[in-house]
Amino acid sequence: MKKIILDSLGQSQHRGFNFRNLLYNNEARAFFFQIATLLIVIGLFYTAIGNLFENIEARGIHTGFSFLKNRAGFDILPFLGNYVVDYTPESPNLSVFYVGLINTLVVAFIGIILSTLIGLLIGIARLSNNYLISKLAGGYIELFRNIPILLQILFWYNLFINVFPNPKQSFSFFDLAFLNQRGLYLPKPIPEEGFLFVVLAFIIGIIATYFVKRFYKKKHELTGVHTSTWPITLSLVIGLPIIVYLLSGSPLQFDFAILGKFNLKGGMAVVPEFLALTFALSVYTATYIAEAIRSGIEAVDKGQKEAASAIGLSKIQSLKLIVLPQALRVAIPPTINQYLNLTKNSSLATVIGYPELMSTFGGTVLNQVGQAVEILGMAMLVYLVISLFISLLLNYVNKKMAIQGR
Amino acid sequence: MSVYDQQATRKPPISQIGAILWLRTNLFSSWINTVLTATSLYFLYLMIPPLLDWMFFNASFSFGTINFFGFDIKFSEAMATNTNCGREGACWPYIYEKLYMYTYGFYPRTETWRPNIVFGLTASLFVIIPLIKNYKYKNRVILSMIVFYPIVSYVLISGGFGLLPIVETHQWGGLLLTLVIASVGIIVSFPIGVVLALGRQSKLRVIKLFSTLFIEFVRAVPLITILFMASFVLPLFLEPGNNSIDKLLRALVGIALFQAAYFAEVVRGGLQAIPRGQYEAADAIGLSYFQKNALIVLPQALKISIPNIVGSSISLFKDTTLVLIIGLLDMLAMVGLTTADPYWLGRETEGYVFVTIVMWVMLYSMSRYSRKLELRFNTENTN
Repeated sequence: MKKIILDSLGQSQHRGFNFRNLLYNNEARAFFFQIATLLIVIGLFYTAIGNLFENIEARGIHTGFSFLKNRAGFDILPFLGNYVVDYTPESPNLSVFYVGLINTLVVAFIGIILSTLIGLLIGIARLSNNYLISKLAGGYIELFRNIPILLQILFWYNLFINVFPNPKQSFSFFDLAFLNQRGLYLPKPIPEEGFLFVVLAFIIGIIATYFVKRFYKKKHELTGVHTSTWPITLSLVIGLPIIVYLLSGSPLQFDFAILGKFNLKGGMAVVPEFLALTFALSVYTATYIAEAIRSGIEAVDKGQKEAASAIGLSKIQSLKLIVLPQALRVAIPPTINQYLNLTKNSSLATVIGYPELMSTFGGTVLNQVGQAVEILGMAMLVYLVISLFISLLLNYVNKKMAIQGR
Repeated sequence: MSVYDQQATRKPPISQIGAILWLRTNLFSSWINTVLTATSLYFLYLMIPPLLDWMFFNASFSFGTINFFGFDIKFSEAMATNTNCGREGACWPYIYEKLYMYTYGFYPRTETWRPNIVFGLTASLFVIIPLIKNYKYKNRVILSMIVFYPIVSYVLISGGFGLLPIVETHQWGGLLLTLVIASVGIIVSFPIGVVLALGRQSKLRVIKLFSTLFIEFVRAVPLITILFMASFVLPLFLEPGNNSIDKLLRALVGIALFQAAYFAEVVRGGLQAIPRGQYEAADAIGLSYFQKNALIVLPQALKISIPNIVGSSISLFKDTTLVLIIGLLDMLAMVGLTTADPYWLGRETEGYVFVTIVMWVMLYSMSRYSRKLELRFNTENTN
């Protein structure tokens, strides 16, 4: 401040201090403008918070986070979160938060995998030289991206509840899985003693593959001799666990769902709420991923492909070494952004009652406790952390993929 | 020496011309393509006929009364209920009967002409603006439309000012409410978005910090958390005793703030695309900050970002359906409401299909429009 005044004095040496000069000094102006903004924002916050406390007191709403320890007292639709947290109505509200968080993450995880698969398929099909396939893929994209996601979620859920058959007339897939209005019944895996070794073998296989790949890559760089590693990878990642599985006496059994007189018995039921939500989210997000992948592949210069074939690379080599690395550089950032959108959209599950964060914690608990500021604050914090995580991932990928200049 | 007659030109082989060539190159060029074609044909065979059966051939069409923008058209004397519909197909009389609800919600039936004028105005906006492309005073016409359209619409829909009977906001619903939320959301959030974008680009640290914080925070959380905040927490922030704020207004505040952050990012993209020389030239001829932005930077930046602005507005239009979660009766919410009617229990599928068709047609035409804009603005510099 002192410096600014001195500066303005310096510019008008012959007249001494001049208020006019201060007014037209850019730095002084900037300073006052920022101070004014700061004061306005602080003033707004101060009034709002003051009103908040007064209102809360007048309405008799509690404050603070002690409600997290209180008994929740309501049932949650049984899904993964319930089993992980071991939830009962006697559990505290904090458990509800964890149940919701886990269920949100489950939907996001499965949805991301599914949408990537569908998106890849559709994006590549869009570029196919088969007229019918390319038009069908285009139709898929135009159809599903122009319908609001909430409407899609409600539509598929309604299809499950009102249109799908009752358990007695379930769609059956070779008697292994059944689909009806109560959900999807899958064989339930029951791990026995010794299954741990199979899991260990799988992990060891993956780690070993990494080292094998590194070894052959080094060899390739040193000698120029290329060795295809996929048979070794396959035998390490899949063969090794199978051998361990057979040696340890098949320690994994399946409990199959059996069609009884009125209902299905046994097996593992996936609730329709989850199926409808995941399906709708994946189908919707896949349209955006497909567009990202298509534009990525189209962004690769035609000359690149021609150059690849000119130096004698095969079609697969050209795709693997030349086209895909360049296409992915364009396609991956928007795809990761879509993952964030999918996670945020999973909060719409509250309309069909899938027990994720906003329907259990931000819904039922909010209605019971009424402490909207704390509860919504916690929910927003979760999404903030998720999106921070995803943007860190995005930065990392961008850095990794940046063209190395010299 | 033999003389050869010129032979008549032979026709190309049948496999190299016309439809057969097209089929060979586009559908059956290799055995993989043949398999793919067959699979997709089978897929279409599985999907299309049952859908057509449900929608048309097994559906019930002709009884009950259709209410088209407030006018009743009677089909037959048969009682319009669930029981008159076949079981195999759709029951469209349900849509006829509830069309009024889907369009206006609980808007009083005697006042239907008011939203109708607004619908007409909205449609004419889209028709007139492309038509007057070459008209001399087109900027003035468009500007005056942008200024008067919201005012006229507001006066017509809500009434009051001693002119028209007041219609409370809880009576608004259906397509009308969807349009109100979307257009108010866009009109209010756009200026806020521009200011935020300028703030984020500003050299003033405090302003840059606040703008960035707001934009990043809003973009990180789902709209539903913001709508919940607006509907549960916003009244608590207002002066005690004077804080009963209209439900629709609360939703609009939430949506406008949400959309402003997205517009801000779109406009920022445009601002970043302006060459530095433009800023420097404006400084060099001694323009003030506001002159520089209003006369030099923003006109160019906004023009570049028009396609993205339209794209962002389309997303907002899709997002308006979320207001049903906080209890507003937009078009999508009408499905649940009208099928709770004991005459029409279990007709959700028809309702969802109807809303899907209406929404899809609107959103698809908007996205076509935005693509057209994108092409127009792309070619301008390359030619």
